Amino acid sequence: MSAKTEQKTLSAHGLSRHFGARIAVNQVSLELRQGEVLGLLGPNGAGKTTIMRLLTGNLAPTAGRVEICGMDLQKKTREAKACIGYLPEIPPLYRELTIDEYLRLAARLRRLARSKTDDAIRKAVERCGLDNVRQRLIGSLSKGYQQRAGIAQAIIHDPAVIILDEPTAGLDPNQMRDVRSLLRELGAVRSMIFSTHALSEVESVCDRVQIINHGRQVFEGSVDMMEQEGTRLEEIFTQSTMEKIET
Amino acid sequence: MITVIARKELGVLFGSPLAWVILALAQLVFAWFYLAHLESFLQVQPQLIRIANPPGATEAIAAPLFSIGAVVLLMITPLLTARLIAEERRNHTLPFLISAPVSMTEIVLGKFLGLMIFLSIIIALIIALSISLLAGGSLDFGLLLSNIAGLWLLSACFVALGLYISCLSMQPAIAGAAALCILFGLWIMDNAEGGENSITRSLSLSAHFENFNRGMIDTFDLAYFALFIFFFLALSIRWLKLYR
Repeated sequence: MSAKTEQKTLSAHGLSRHFGARIAVNQVSLELRQGEVLGLLGPNGAGKTTIMRLLTGNLAPTAGRVEICGMDLQKKTREAKACIGYLPEIPPLYRELTIDEYLRLAARLRRLARSKTDDAIRKAVERCGLDNVRQRLIGSLSKGYQQRAGIAQAIIHDPAVIILDEPTAGLDPNQMRDVRSLLRELGAVRSMIFSTHALSEVESVCDRVQIINHGRQVFEGSVDMMEQEGTRLEEIFTQSTMEKIET
Repeated sequence: MITVIARKELGVLFGSPLAWVILALAQLVFAWFYLAHLESFLQVQPQLIRIANPPGATEAIAAPLFSIGAVVLLMITPLLTARLIAEERRNHTLPFLISAPVSMTEIVLGKFLGLMIFLSIIIALIIALSISLLAGGSLDFGLLLSNIAGLWLLSACFVALGLYISCLSMQPAIAGAAALCILFGLWIMDNAEGGENSITRSLSLSAHFENFNRGMIDTFDLAYFALFIFFFLALSIRWLKLYR
């Protein structure tokens, strides 16, 4: 059992992406073990979203490699992508579909067996608190429900790696608390990477933190260690992201 | 996977009023045209009987119906293709498809198939109108089949080109207008200069459809349509691959 929890589910080495002359991501490496939650922090425009798009195959890296559950994302694209659940910064929702139709589509696209689809939808709906809006059109739902629908499509096929780009952005405090407890629940059994601007969220949900600035990794550490040493995440964040601007 | 994406396209399409409005208006145009041709055919029929080998109802009513069908499809296909990729990009839903375990080829073919199923419904309306002529006479089924094949291949060309144009723009309106202009240009370009074998005529969509419309299935026309469809679908797939 302990060997299993040590298993690597995601690893990225020397990941870079250039947009013309601009270097959005520069030699970033990531590693994620089963049952581990990694918080990706950084100021706006630091490259967090680009890293997540690289990890999910939405963007081709200029250099570097991504491996998901031991499969190369460039070579075994289909198999690797089947192990990822991804929520982009803006939830990819079809306004014309109902929650039920949308989740069914997500399940089909992720090649879930027909016999398991109903069960998977029921579970995802339950987890994300979408029970009473299943038959509503997505376009008519509030921002909070739409965000949760986005999370539901990311977890419907029970992926080994869950990648969420700012899952709590734009939610009210109650919804934020709900989503956070959902993240904790998911993080206990699956590997997860998520980005956020709320430092308290990282401290309460994550096992490990990586801070990105100007496309480079400027800090990495475990949350438990920081707690033991008594260092505050906010200090580290300010230090590591301010210094870069000065130099 | 292709059928999953095709079904999604149809679901989204029929979820909006656009599909229903287009179906209703197309049927209105076809019925109007059909009735007008039927009436004039009935008027001249007594004189037609006197000539040897007179044109039948299929030639006088169904064939013109298919050629007006081609023009109607030319105008409505860009409206439908415009949203295929452009709207996914604008609504930020493209990552939903790209991060799923499906290849770019499957995405493009799924979208192509979805819209082709919709256009087949419109073509079926025209076929149904033509078949209704059986109530008062006989039909030349060879000519009818050649028209159906021609119109179907032609609409596949419209969709393939529209799909590629939709990749290039993030604004569905621009994609629609551009696709309409290009298709219209390809449609009328055989008028530019005379000559049976001029290059403008060889490249024109309408010149190749004309043969089908007259009941002639030529391998040259078949090859032209197949190449046209393949070329623009391949360009779309390539664009999606490079988009990453």
